[in-house]
This record gives sequence, structure tokens and C-alpha cells, in this order.
Amino acid sequence: MDFLQTVKIALRALRTNKMRSFLTMLGIIIGIASVIAMMAVGSGASYVISQQIASIGSNIILVIPGSTTSGGLRTGSGGAQTLTSDDVKAIMSECPSVELAAGTVRSSGQVVYGNMNWSTVIMGGGPELFEIREWGIANGRGITQQDVDGAIKVCLLGQTVADNLFGSADPVGNIVRIKKIPFTVIGVLERKGQSPQGTDQDDTIFVPLRTAQRNLVRSQRTNNVGALIVKAKSEDLLTKAEEEINSLLNQRHRITGGKEPDFSTRNLSEILAVAEQSSKAMSLLLGAVASISLIVGGIGIMNIMLVSVTERTREIGIRMAIGAKKNDILLQFMTEAVLLTMLGGLIGIALGAGGAMVVSRMLEWPTLISFQSISIAFVFSGAVGIFFGFYPARKAAGLNPIDALRYE
Amino acid sequence: MSEVIALTDIRRVFTMGDQQFEALKGVSYSVNAGEFVAIMGASGSGKSTCMNILGCLDLPTSGQYLLDGLDVGAMNTNQLADIRNKKLGFVFQGFNLLARTPAVENVELPLVYAGLHSKERREKALAAMQQVGLAGKENNHPSQLSGGQQQRVAIARALVNNPAVILADEPTGNLDSTTTAEIMSLFSTLNKQGITIIMVTHEHDVAAYAGRQITFRDGNIIGDTK
Ligand SMILES: Nc1ncnc2c1ncn2[C@@H]1O[C@H](COP(=O)(O)OP(=O)(O)OP(=O)(O)O)[C@@H](O)[C@H]1O
Ligand SMILES: [Mg+2]
Repeated sequence: MDFLQTVKIALRALRTNKMRSFLTMLGIIIGIASVIAMMAVGSGASYVISQQIASIGSNIILVIPGSTTSGGLRTGSGGAQTLTSDDVKAIMSECPSVELAAGTVRSSGQVVYGNMNWSTVIMGGGPELFEIREWGIANGRGITQQDVDGAIKVCLLGQTVADNLFGSADPVGNIVRIKKIPFTVIGVLERKGQSPQGTDQDDTIFVPLRTAQRNLVRSQRTNNVGALIVKAKSEDLLTKAEEEINSLLNQRHRITGGKEPDFSTRNLSEILAVAEQSSKAMSLLLGAVASISLIVGGIGIMNIMLVSVTERTREIGIRMAIGAKKNDILLQFMTEAVLLTMLGGLIGIALGAGGAMVVSRMLEWPTLISFQSISIAFVFSGAVGIFFGFYPARKAAGLNPIDALRYE
Repeated sequence: MSEVIALTDIRRVFTMGDQQFEALKGVSYSVNAGEFVAIMGASGSGKSTCMNILGCLDLPTSGQYLLDGLDVGAMNTNQLADIRNKKLGFVFQGFNLLARTPAVENVELPLVYAGLHSKERREKALAAMQQVGLAGKENNHPSQLSGGQQQRVAIARALVNNPAVILADEPTGNLDSTTTAEIMSLFSTLNKQGITIIMVTHEHDVAAYAGRQITFRDGNIIGDTK
């Protein structure tokens, strides 16, 4: 018996009870649709996270000052000012796995232009900072080494700052006051978007490092820096570079024996690992939801197939009398079950994709519907049909033709 | 004339719990190709039990059954299904057509399980429907046909695979006298074309269409007249 004919017979049987077939499929439809939609939203989320991580720059190591104990009071991590511009220079010259290092200082305060004012983050840095962070200039020019060396009072605006102070006007060449000190705007940075922590990276104003050290932050020594941002030569050298920085700074800061370091390093692969872990947990959860809904749907299929076998006992008897073998009957009912679940799977995929699209439209959240997730869903729905269709089909195939023919 | 069917000392014992009932108590007869046999007998005498064995739907408890020279007792279920498909055609009292399926597809059914391609199936099915006088009703569903027409569809289905024997258990049991006469003359015509027919009936005038009458009583044959 050819397969096409089997499919035709199965389709006719499903069409005979349209409403029942549809209701039976509903479990599978809902299961598959929710899996597809959640996978789409989930992969959209991990895409956003990876974009945000990439926005920091690649192969990045952060060196932040450690906690310090002053008068019995421990400040949090980053509270101490233990890192200096000399540390930056040393890292650049003595760590072979490091490509670039930049010191930054960070403050916050009011920026005023005309009658507009805006509270924002003020960062001091040099040209290396923008190179490491792969952050280009949208308009005007960037901060140069001369700006840094001469502690010139110029500044670069993040897009958010530019929008809030200047609206659509061109800020370049204008004077803004940062903490009451006048600075000339030399340029505007490209838009960077959100950081993995959810802060707006464009809500920042940059000034040359030394300008910031002299004018904007209060510190014991003018060559103190807040945090270092270091770029390793390659991804493979990330851990090596981190080790080199640690041992160099330990040596420079005379950290020996049991003494707690006054700095700490963090590399991006750690952040990535955390993100990966949470996306793994997410897919585990999805898997659980999927399997529960598919099992419930599958039991529904099995139930209806058992009813169908009983209802069609006479038909089975006729087919057997006319020459159908056990396997023909088995295959016929299996085909029916698999068609039911695959059809449900297809409808579920369509609904799930539609739902994901609606979600992405409403939340302005990207959704990715991968070919992989669609094919997995499709194969799974077929497998549910095979698994839950087998018992009813075997029951049909095991009928005795005489009893089946006599069945009322 | 060659022997299509040869039964030797066929017994069939039904076991229900600890009770045993012998429905056939050693039945022997043979049927030659081209014969038209009517099987008669009171209700419960074992006619249907014997037909089920002839139709390879049931196996005898003991005894030998040769169909077209093949020993049916030695076959497995798949081989029996094959025999039913290729060598036998069934006509039932209750027609036993597939509902919601066009007449022509009902007729095609044995060919589906024989593995024929759709074009060949359709040709043969249409020819068989022509033979039983149902040309033009190919696409009617069983519910859109009269009882007599439904039985013709069933006969076409029994004919379509060129079987060695057509087995009919009370084929006119559900039909009125006019339709019965039509169906019986169709059987006569088919028999004259060389088809072997074995038919169970309660009615003498129906049995009269057949060239030979075998009578059952209590699981035994008590008469065999030509
Ligand atoms: N599966 C079965 N289990 C037990 N007993 C059975 C079974 N099938 C038939 N019998 C018994 O065998 C005997 C013969 O039954 P069968 O159906 O062959 O009668 P029949 O001659 O066809 O009768 P009718 O003319 O009413 O159709 C009956 O007494 C019946 O009760
Ligand atoms: Mg009977």
C-alpha cells in the first residue's frame, strides 16, 4: 500500500470530524506556539544582551580600585583611589598581552548651556579610551593626546547630553559649563545605547583625563585615576593579560602574603559567562514548559485516537477482510496521529511566530525566529504523534477481523 | 474442473471460559472452479462459522483447508491477509462499505492493499462497476445509494481483484424481493462468466439460483444436491 494513499485516508478521517480534530490539536497548538514565541523573545533578549556587551568593546578587562579601610569604615569596591596614571603606563609597557590601556576618572554634576542644564556623568579619558571602546565621533573631533597633556578645557558630548542641551542645533564650538567651569565642545560621540547594566551610555560627557584630574575630581594626588580599561591583544590572551596585570599591580602596590589587594580585575568573558548561564536557565525553563504542554497535548491525542479506533472498529474489520495487513492498519492510525500533531505543530508555529511579532512590535524588542527552533518544534510535534499514536494504532492493528466486522 | 476449495474434516471448537462449543463437527466438501454453491441450514447450524474459515478470517481447530491448492492452515496472519486480498472476494449481509467514501473508492480498496497504482486501480474499479451495472454512480457515497446499489458496490469490490472465489454470507438478507431478484440474477450472470460463488442463504428461492445446495445442521452437512 503506498504512503500517499495512507495519508489520503488519514486526511479524510480527520476531515470527517473537523471540530474534534481541531480541539484535539489545540493542546499541541498551544504548546508549540508558546515554545516558538518564547524562544523568539528569548533569543531576541540574548541578542540584545550580546549587543550591549559588544558595545563596551571587545577583549576588555576592567581594573577597578579595591575597597579601602579608613578609620574602621570600609568603603565599597571602587571607593579607594589606589590606581594612578603611572599604573596605566606600566601596564602598557610591561604587560605583553595588553594592546591598550586607558585610565579614566568619573564624576557627576551639572552641565549648563545658556539657560539649559543637564545632570550627567562626567568622564575623564584620553584618545585610547575611545579606541578601546570602539566609540567613534559623529560630529566634530575627538580628544587628542595634546588635549590631555595640556589639560585643555574641551569636552565631547554623548548623544543624550547633546540632545538635552542643544536639541537639534550643532553643539560643536559652543561653550558649556561643567561644574561652573567653561569648556569648549569639540565634538559629539556616536550613539552607543544601553549598557548591559541598563544605563544609558550616551548620557555622558567626556573631558581630557588630566583636565578632569585637575579640575573636576577631588583627590589626594592629581595623577589618580578611578578605573582602568584595558584591551587584550586577542580573546585567547584575555586571561593571560588579566594575570599579567594582577601580578604587575601586586608588585607595584606591594601586595604580598595575606595582604588584600587594593584593586580588582574583571574581564568581559566573565560577564558573558553570566549572560550565557542565564540564557541556559531560560532555555531549560522553556524546555520544561514545552515538554509539559506537549505531554498534555499528546495524552489528548492518544485519548481521541482510542475513541476513534473504537468508533471505526467495523471499518478496520472491513479493511482487514479485504486484505489489509496488521502493519497497514498500524501505519494508517499512526499516520493519522502524526498528521494531527504535525498539523497542530504547523498551526502552533504560525501562531507562535505571529505572537512573537506582536510582542516585538509592542515592546520594541527584537525577536528572532530561527529556522532551528521551527524545525525542532516541527520534529517534536511529529515525535509526539508517533509516541502517543502508537498505543491506539497497535490496538487497532491487533483487532480480530471477525469480531471487528461484527462490531455494532 | 479444478478444485478451488477442498475442506477435509473441518472442526471448529469455541471456548468460552470453561465451556466448549463445537460449531463445526467435521465438515468435508470441495468446490470446483465455476460452481455456484448455496449453503442452507437453520440458524446456528454453523454456516457463518464455515464461511469465516473459507474466507481465511478464522482458522479451524482441526482439519485441512486447501484454497486453490494452498494449505491455509500453515499460513501466518500476513499471508492470510494476502490470500483474502488476492484469492477471495467478500459480500456481506450488511454491505459493509466505508461510509463517507465514494463508491469507486470503495471498489478500489482491495487494489489499494494489493499495491496497485492509482491509475490502474481506477481503471479496474470502473470496469468492475460497469460489470455490476453501476456506471454513473462512481462518486456517490454509500448513503446516496439504495440498498441494492450498495450491494452491487460490494459485489464490484469483491470482483475487482479477480478472486478465485466470491463468498457471500446472506447477501440478500437486507433486501426486498425485487432487489433480491436483481442481485441474484447478477450473481447468475457473473457465475456464467466463470466466477466461483459460495453463498449462504435462508431462502429456498434464492438458493435455487445456485447449481448446488449444501445443507448444514448442528455443525454437520446433511445434504449436498446438484
Ligand atoms: N465467536 C464465537 N464464540 C462462541 N460461539 C460461537 C462464536 N461464533 C459462533 N458461535 C456459535 O456457533 C454456532 C454457529 O454459529 P454461526 O454463526 O455459524 O451460525 P449460522 O449458521 O451462521 O446462523 P445464522 O443463520 O443465524 O447466521 C452458534 O451456536 C453460535 O452461538
Ligand atoms: Mg450466519
